[in-house]
Amino acid sequence: MQRLLRHRLFWPFATLVLLLAVNAAFNPGFWQLQWRDGHLYGSVIDILNRAAPLALVAIGMTLVIATRGIDISVGAVVAISAAVIALMIGGELVVKDGVQTHVSRFPMGVAIVAALAVAALCGLWNGLLVAKVGMQPIIATLILMVAGRGVAQLLTGGQIITVYYAPFFFLGNGFLLGLPFAVFIAAAVWATVHLLLTRTALGLFIQSIGINPAASRVAGVHERLITVCVYVFCAFAAGVAGLVISSNVKSADGNNAGVLMELDAILAVTLGGTALTGGRFSVAGSVLGALIIQTLTSTIYSIGVPPEVNMVVKAGVVFVVMLLQSAEFRAAVRALVVRPSPGAAR
Amino acid sequence: MIAAAAAPDRGWRIDSRLVPLVGTVAVFVLTAGYGSVAYRGFFSAQVFLNLLIDNAFLCIVGVGMTFVILSGGIDLSVGALIALTTMISAALVEHAHWSVWETIPLVLAVGATFGAFMGWLIERFRLQPFIVTLAGMFLARGLCYLISIDSISITDATYTAISQERIALGAGASITVGALIALAVVALGAWIAHATEFGRTVYAIGGNEASALLMGLPVGRTRVLVYTISGFCSALAGVVFTFYMLSGYGLHAVGLELDAIAAVVIGGTLLSGGVGYVAGTLVGVLILGIVQTMISFDGSLSSWWTRIVIGALLLVFCLLQRAFERRRA
Repeated sequence: MQRLLRHRLFWPFATLVLLLAVNAAFNPGFWQLQWRDGHLYGSVIDILNRAAPLALVAIGMTLVIATRGIDISVGAVVAISAAVIALMIGGELVVKDGVQTHVSRFPMGVAIVAALAVAALCGLWNGLLVAKVGMQPIIATLILMVAGRGVAQLLTGGQIITVYYAPFFFLGNGFLLGLPFAVFIAAAVWATVHLLLTRTALGLFIQSIGINPAASRVAGVHERLITVCVYVFCAFAAGVAGLVISSNVKSADGNNAGVLMELDAILAVTLGGTALTGGRFSVAGSVLGALIIQTLTSTIYSIGVPPEVNMVVKAGVVFVVMLLQSAEFRAAVRALVVRPSPGAAR
Repeated sequence: MIAAAAAPDRGWRIDSRLVPLVGTVAVFVLTAGYGSVAYRGFFSAQVFLNLLIDNAFLCIVGVGMTFVILSGGIDLSVGALIALTTMISAALVEHAHWSVWETIPLVLAVGATFGAFMGWLIERFRLQPFIVTLAGMFLARGLCYLISIDSISITDATYTAISQERIALGAGASITVGALIALAVVALGAWIAHATEFGRTVYAIGGNEASALLMGLPVGRTRVLVYTISGFCSALAGVVFTFYMLSGYGLHAVGLELDAIAAVVIGGTLLSGGVGYVAGTLVGVLILGIVQTMISFDGSLSSWWTRIVIGALLLVFCLLQRAFERRRA
């Protein structure tokens, strides 16, 4: 029991279970799953589907935060990647063999690779500014956050670009084995990261950079290379999220795609028990964090609280979680609880 | 650090700490010069006064943000606090029929209390300023929506009168009350930063917190005060913003925190804390404003170029700062 309580994922997991229980209590049909048209339907499936893009961004963000960094440009990267894919696929209406069909401007594979490459390039830019130039991560990524949204608007010409090419919709709306395809994308990225972190020394290197960059360098860890790679991966993950989001809404909006995504992602990472000071991190925790945020949103809707309260509740959750993570707060509470009553002092 | 300070003056060289500020002023003068040559009607007193009028709230927020950044922290809640201030003001004036003179002190107190609370959390529980002020941002925006989801427009006579009040400066140029408040805040901020014990303590904390503590400086109290100042400035900016927009809305000033941080950085304040000038922030705000003005004067450039140019300016200034830090180290 003690070991369970002390497990790093205990609190995030308990929060999620509590939220699910609240959902089930207010909404009896919450756990019901229906098999319709060859796939599953239900609130839980909906939460999984909607949480997938946030989970993707949060996985990338976890690694960046683990190296003592932060990447506030992910929202802009989501918008850029969505703009690139929407521009490259488009979907003109042509008459082929007497049937009207929408065709892609470039083959879909090429468009996906191009969008992800552009996203990775954004990450390389961030990584070089942080590792080579030595800028503070928050400022280095602030530059891309400010300029990136401008670039996304430049690409889309300030318009919302609608995509008409049906095969592209599979990424964000399709189902595989009865589950949303986006969930498989997020799971695949998570599994890859998990294997890389646990089966190779990469996890250890990232942790050591987060705890002490100078000492890691002296100990022979390729600190700069790993830092650059971590930023590239974070932007890549944001790029994947951008594809899923634009496929889901069948369009790209340079102005509004991924707005506030960076804050939600950082929140998910924090909720998952990763320390913002670097070193201690948990990718699984961040995925749990993303699920908590999405479940919280749907809880607020399902118990009939007006959606405008959403942000106040979110703020409350952040305050509680960050206080629980603070050693000073726990010590203060312990002193308050353990303080002997006057009679029992002797 | 100490060796650098003790190095003998070579007379003709400007103080090395002034280099970023001089650079910022030079960029402003060059941009203004280019605009005056390139665009007809650009070089007039009113165009330059409009820079101040249209960015008065950003200027006020920037002064508060400068103190936070000088102390080595960051405040992401400023935009949300402006929105909350406009919302509370509009609700009180329109729905509860309070007068201006009752409303303004109340919202200023709310802003200062909000900032003090965040500062207390940061100081007492050793929390990250980034996360605390992020939660503060969610809270303030959420409170706006609790008051009303829709925009509330203000029709109160005193508010509209103050909003339209123009103080003539001669030669056909005039200035608004908001812009005057902004100038007063900059002057007061510069005085606090450079001429008071509190100001010196802020610089000391940003330079090296451990040394500041060992010197016996009141680190905890100062840090709480810094966030209180930022909260107060946000509320004051919110008051000016209310005069500027004559409405309260939960979506006012979205993303303003980033503009404020950008203005502070462009103004030559180092984000690592301890180095910078309040006056630099004013110039930083004016540079952001002049970029916008030039893009609208040009007419052929779309509005998103503003963001790209501001991003590029941020990059250039950060690279210069890095080069400057390395040379000093």
